[in-house]
Parts: sequence; structure tokens; C-alpha cells
Amino acid sequence: MLKYLTGNNAAPSGDRHEAGQATDLPSPGRRGFLIGMAGAALTLAFARSPQGLANPAKAVAEGAFEPTVWYQIQPDGRIIVNIAKAEMGQHIGTALARIVADELEADWAQVELHHVDSDPKWGYMVTGGSWSVWQSFTPMSHAGAAGRQVLIEEGARKLGVSPDQCRARNSRVIAGDRSISYADIVSDGNISRSFTDEQLKQMPIKPPSERRVIGGQARALDIPGKTDGSTLYGLDAKLDGMVYGRPIIPPTRYGSAINGIDDSAAKKIPGYRQTITLEDPSGTVPGWAMVIADSFHAANQAVQRVKVDWAPGKTSGVDEQALLDHGRELIGAADQGTLVLDEGNVDQAFSDAADILEPEYITHGVLHFQLEPVNAIAQEKDGRWEIHTGNQWQSLILPILSKALGVPEKHIVMRTYMLGGGFGRRLNGDYAVPAALAAKALGRPVKMVLTREDDARFDSIRSPSVQRVRMAFDSQGKITAMEHHATAGWPTQVMAPGFMADGVNGKYDPFAIQGALHWYSMDGHRVRAISNDLANDTFRPGWLRSVGSGWVNWALESAIDEAAHKAGEDPLEFRLRRLKAEGRNAGSAPNSVGGAARQANVLRRVREISGWGDDMPADTGLGVAATYGQERNMPTWTACVARVRVDRETGKPTVEKLTLVTDAGTIVHPDGARAQVEGAALWGMSMALCEGTTFKEGNVADTNLNTYTPLRMRDVPEIEQEFVDSTETAVGLGEPATTVVGPAIGNAIFAAVGVRMREIPIRPAALLAELRGKSDAEGAS
Amino acid sequence: MATKFKINSRPVTVDVPGDTPLLWVIRDDIGFTGTKFGCGIGLCGACTVHVNGRATRSCITPVSSVANTVVTTIEGLAENGHPLLDTWVEAQTPQCGYCQPGQIMQAAAMLRDFPDPTDEQIDQVMSGNLCRCMAYVRIREAIRMAARRMQAGVPDDEGNTREASHA
Repeated sequence: MLKYLTGNNAAPSGDRHEAGQATDLPSPGRRGFLIGMAGAALTLAFARSPQGLANPAKAVAEGAFEPTVWYQIQPDGRIIVNIAKAEMGQHIGTALARIVADELEADWAQVELHHVDSDPKWGYMVTGGSWSVWQSFTPMSHAGAAGRQVLIEEGARKLGVSPDQCRARNSRVIAGDRSISYADIVSDGNISRSFTDEQLKQMPIKPPSERRVIGGQARALDIPGKTDGSTLYGLDAKLDGMVYGRPIIPPTRYGSAINGIDDSAAKKIPGYRQTITLEDPSGTVPGWAMVIADSFHAANQAVQRVKVDWAPGKTSGVDEQALLDHGRELIGAADQGTLVLDEGNVDQAFSDAADILEPEYITHGVLHFQLEPVNAIAQEKDGRWEIHTGNQWQSLILPILSKALGVPEKHIVMRTYMLGGGFGRRLNGDYAVPAALAAKALGRPVKMVLTREDDARFDSIRSPSVQRVRMAFDSQGKITAMEHHATAGWPTQVMAPGFMADGVNGKYDPFAIQGALHWYSMDGHRVRAISNDLANDTFRPGWLRSVGSGWVNWALESAIDEAAHKAGEDPLEFRLRRLKAEGRNAGSAPNSVGGAARQANVLRRVREISGWGDDMPADTGLGVAATYGQERNMPTWTACVARVRVDRETGKPTVEKLTLVTDAGTIVHPDGARAQVEGAALWGMSMALCEGTTFKEGNVADTNLNTYTPLRMRDVPEIEQEFVDSTETAVGLGEPATTVVGPAIGNAIFAAVGVRMREIPIRPAALLAELRGKSDAEGAS
Repeated sequence: MATKFKINSRPVTVDVPGDTPLLWVIRDDIGFTGTKFGCGIGLCGACTVHVNGRATRSCITPVSSVANTVVTTIEGLAENGHPLLDTWVEAQTPQCGYCQPGQIMQAAAMLRDFPDPTDEQIDQVMSGNLCRCMAYVRIREAIRMAARRMQAGVPDDEGNTREASHA
């Protein structure tokens, strides 16, 4: 098909994507397995490796030093850190490697990353929830410390001194004015020490004052390849002998059955091969057909000409109003849902109340719209399956692939690629299944690519939600009790029920209600989470950047603002007065030390730097919100002030500035942390003002950028942000800022023009209607 | 149907249906995978390449329409070097990185039209490129840095300096 006319065809290599090599590109080359690696668990893990058992003698002969599974030091001094987390823009490899490098006293210039394929030896593989640094900080520190200890012992021996006369710095062991490099120690040493998980847990780590890498500035190691086009994403993978597949997606997510397929009109398309019905024992993609062709273009064209006759599933008529109405009914039925928290005498407080506020808040569906549409290549080789795709939760999808393919899980390996956006979409690896089924049916590798429209229809979207927040006030205007009732589709119930949490009277999806367990002191506090079963049946609800915290805080932090205005108090001061670090809000070690006092601290700081209280121009206001980010047991203390101007003629709100203060404990990679807050804050703004979809006939109404309109560069406001300087436990940063910006904007709109918006996205037409309604009401009074 | 053009300084002939989008020819037939697929309707900019120096959405450009033209992808820009590639790293711009080749190709074309762009010009031109990670602050910053550097006389990918083009 392709001919280079000159001999100069050094161009794009055909061979760099050959089978079996694609993921070897960043390979450290050798994997060691050292004598003395006595840990039974590790030995087993290596033995199960689908890549085959490494040869211990060879590894020793090659001289690599691999004290733990997490990194190895090559004889030339390069330190290769194994990264078992998905890279999707958070520069996670850089952050984790810096944790190792700090304890190892490594020379950062010699550190490289190796993103690994799925293997049981990496433990449970998931990248989400802003958990990675928080989860990995201690084990990675221990791993680095173990290496340092051995290198000091070995270096001391070579220098002829005792280990306590030595220290390690910058990949050298130093005793007085003499020193030896790690490279020299490893290359001519015979180090065979390794550590079991148990031994690693006992390893002492340095006090924060001794940190030299963590918290320092560094460039992310993944950025150069993402700049010059050389980084490989799942979509860039290519295997010998593969054909292309594009699915024909049924009218409903579940329950559609294919009656017949007519591909006669597609047969003339050059490169079209066939259309197959996918038989799926795992139930992941019921009613799917797949067009197979020699090129994606041919598959694409054929999809438009192949006629599939379905018996649609029962949700084919579901629209947005039905989903919201069902949510309202569920909230209205006292026996529905799960009590997550029930403190104080809430019922008494409401019956004694002098006044009650009970606003309802709505959020509409949000598409992940990760820019790389989901795709996967599946291939079988000698009874072993390889799935080439970007994924965030290998441990969740592997058992489903096993069921779909009818092979043991240990016969499936997921090759690792960079993710062209995650945002939670690739936590749900359902897209790997149709590629695998097609490859199995055809007996050859299939590269399945979804178009943007396919991707949107198959997305596991952020569910629309309905929430009612009820607040009881006494005669002095003090809140005596709060009830928060929230209903939405529950991703965890549908996809990972083992992760459901125990509530007061049953199980609930913790990710669908997080945010509601706030740190404000109240006498009575009740939180009820309700699964919207119609939503769960109509689409597959997904985890999307911050999940429930995104919609729950829209309601909570808007409601707190409403309460402050009702009480006639400054909204920021109103919050501070309720943030008392006592009782259940005192916080606890190691994750939430300081409790509500740290939530108050970020609020005070954002007050100082945002110009809170300054006089504003006409139709311009400041709004505040504060959240604990993701999870109450891993709080990232976050506060935001938004400055918004409203155009009274058009109803268009313009965000002029966002000021954010974040306390995420220890900051490992400060520049990467700032980037996460910038991106997350703009996501929050985009979901508040720019993007949202609705259901129509069982599907999302918006499937591409012609009608789905995420925030663009021209919409970006001035952003000012800072982190609290802290040595507390490092917590998550990928999501927290998304949770706080929406309510800050809504509250700023109220401050600007006195209109309370309770539905996101906030469309100018809706804001204009509220403004007109308000002026009519004022005119009438 | 065979179509001849130059890509990244190399003559090439591809024998594919003329209505095949240039994007898939570049990625799957020629093998330059730095150019990305995002929306397929020309609205995200991830597939941006240069055709005779003009920023072009390759996902909606039939390959037949680039016959006898010169196509440059991110790989070609990188081969020749461009200040944007340096400033993109210095500003630590990419997050997931998927849109960035398209952003850089769009920015490189813009800097030819507006060697000293105002913030408003940057916003107007670059708003056609979606960054889903919303790394917009740093995209803007990297463009400003490169523009300043090019004004000071660092050559762009075709060996032109701003002084030369001002002259």
C-alpha cells in the first residue's frame, strides 16, 4: 500500500510497533531475581509472571541490584523505578519515583520510569480516587530506604570503614572525603540483598527535615515524549496481522438483542470484511455487532451502511425528565436508600424548628470526553491473551475478561500504554471486552476503535443527580439540624459491589455520597444516599473526576451559602464559625490530623488572598466554597473564591478569577501538584457552566463537540493558587479542586445579582429567566 | 487510488481510497502516530497538521486533497526543531499529552501569522483546540515564551527568524 520513493525512509518505523515490542520500548532490559529473595509471596508472584520466570543467576551475573520489586539499579547507575499506576496526565511516575529517590538518596538525573504490564506481583492494580501518592508514599519510602541501607553497608565495606561513618547523597556513599558511586558499588559488587514486604514495613524512613527530593522542583519525566509525538497511547498500538473493528452499538445499554444483520450495502466498500455479532458470556456488551475491515476508514464507512435490526431493551424510551422524576420519588419515599450518618435528634430539631430551608439541587450528566476515544487491541498467542489498551483498573476488568474469553485470569495480560485522558473513564475497562470477543471470534488480532460518537454513547457518564438539603433553624437563626438526601446512578453498585460501604442500615456506594460527611459542627446531621435504579438500568454510571463529591458539594456548599444568607451572615465567616475541631471533627492520625481546623485554615487563607470583602463593580460578586476533596478519611482541605460577573442582558456569567488554597499535606512534586489543581479547577468550572448532557430515548443527547461544549482557552479565568506548607500525610490532588469551584461560582452569581442557581450546568438562558423572574417579583412587590 | 505528497520532507505515495481522511493515512498507512484522533469532525484539533504550512484538521481532510502538497506532522516539526517544543517542556505544559501535538502544530502555524501574538489572538486561535486536561494556562504560557524567543531571533522550523520575516 505504501511506497517510499526515496531510499531515505528512516521515517516512522514500522517495526517499533511490532508484536511484543510495543511495551518493551521503555524497558529496563533485564529484570533481576536475586538470590536471597526469600519472601514466599514475591517468589510466587514472579513465578506467575506471564513473561516467564526471570533467571536469578543471570540477573546476578548482569549485576543489577533489585532490592524490592519497585526498582532496580543498573551497573551504569541508572535507577529504574517500576510504576504500576496508570499515567493519564498526573505525572504519577515522577511523583512516585521522587519518593523512592528521596529515601534512596539517589541522583535524580539517573532516575528512569518503567510503566509495567499487569501482573499479580504488583498487587491490586487501580489508579483512581486521587489515591496513588497517598497509598504509595510509605511503601515507596520503605523501598528506597532499604536500598540506601544496603548500599551504605556495601559502600562502607569497599571504603574500608564502618557503615555508621557513611552517609548517602546523590547516588554516592560518602565517608569523610572519600566516596563511591552507586554505579561502582552495583557493578563490581556482589549485592544479593533483598527484602520481603514484612521487612520493608519495618524499615525506618527519614524525618521530613532530611528530605532532599520530595517537595523540590523537577521536570516531569513523561513530558518530553508527550511534546514531540513519540509517546505511545493505546490508540497507537499496532500488532502484526491485525484487522480493524468498529462496533455498532445497540439502542440501549442493556437488554437489546440482535434479530438480524444486513450488510449487503457494505460489501462494495474496499477493505470491508464482515460484520459479526458479539457473543458475550460476561454480559458487558449485550447486543453489540462489530464491523471488521482492513482499515479504520473502511470499518467506519461500513458501519453507516450495515443495517442491524434489534429488539431494544426496556430503557429505550427513558429521557432526562424520567430520570429526575424517579430521583424525586425516591427521595420522597422515606424507606428508600441507606442512612450513611444519623447523628443527634434530627427529627426533633425539625419538629421544633422556627424555620426550615429545603432547596433541591440538580446536576445533569457529564461525559468523560477523554480525548482519546476508548480502544483496545486483543490478541491470543498460544492460549495466552494480550490486551493492549490504556486502563486505570486492571484488577477490576481482568476477571470480567476471563469470563468473556473463558480462560483463566492468569492467562490474560494487559499491556500498558499512556492514557489519552482518564478522568475515571478507564477505571471501567468494559471497552476491552468487545475487542477480546472479536479477536476470539475471528482467531486473529483485532484493533477496535470507537469513534467519538460511539465513545459518548458507550460512556459510563457522571450520573445526573437530584438532591434535597433540608436545614432546620431555631428562632435565633442558628442551624439545629441538616438532612442531605442524594440520589444518582451508583457506579460502585453496578461495577464493583465489593467496594460498597456499610451505612447505618445497609450498604451504599461511598463514591456517590462522599462530600456530604462535612466537617461543620451541627447538632443534628443525617445523610441518606439513594441509588437511582432507573439510572443504573439506562446507562452504566461511571466514576468521573471526584465522582459524588462533584455533585454532592454542588448541593452542600450551595445550601450552606443559602443558610448563611438566610442568617444574614458573611458566608465565609458563617462557615468558619461552624468549623470546630472537636468531637468527630477533631481529626485523627495519620490522614486527617487537625480535622476541621485545617478546613478553617484554608478558608482563612483564601479570604486573605482573594480580596474577600472588597467592594465589587456592578453585577460582580465573590462566592466561596470549601470541601475536603474526596474522602473524609483522606481529606484534601480545599477552599475556593470565585469572582463572577453576570451580564444582565444575556444571562451569561463570566468567571473572572478563581483563587484556590489547598492543604494536601506533604507535596511531593510541587509543579505537578499545581498542574493538577489548575486542571481540576477548570474541570469544576466547565461542569458548572459549559458541559452537561441529557437523556433522550435511552441515550445521551450529546455525542460530539458540535453540541457538547467543554471549556476552551478563551474561557479560562485568572487563576491564583497556593498550597499550605505542610509535612502531614500526603493525600490526593487529582480531583479535589473539581469539587469546590462549581458551588463557589453559584455562590458568586448570588452575590453578584441575587439569583440562586440550583442546577448545573448553569445555562445563560436559565440565569436570564431567574433574573427576569426576580425583577418581575420585585416590580410586583 | 495513488496519492503523492511530501510528508516531513519525504516524498510518499499512498494507494488508498481518495476519501480516506489524511489522519488515518498518516497514522495507519505511513505510521506517524503523533497526530491524534479526537472528535472526527474537526472541532478538537488533536489531528492538526500543516499542509503547505497551513494548520489543517487532518480528520476531515480527504487524502486526495493533499496530492502534491507538503504535509508536516509533529514528528517533522520535532526533527527540524522548533522553539515551541522547548517552551512546551519548560512550561511543563502537557498533562495526559494526547492533544499536545495538535496544540503545538496549531501554535506553530499561528506564530507564522502572528509572530508577536496578543493574549486575545492566542485565545482566539487556540480555542479551536480542546485540551481535556485543561492545561490551557500552560499552553498559553509556552506560546508566549516561544513567541518572545522567536522575536529575539531563534529560527523556526523552516529556518526563518522573526527578524527576517519582519524585514
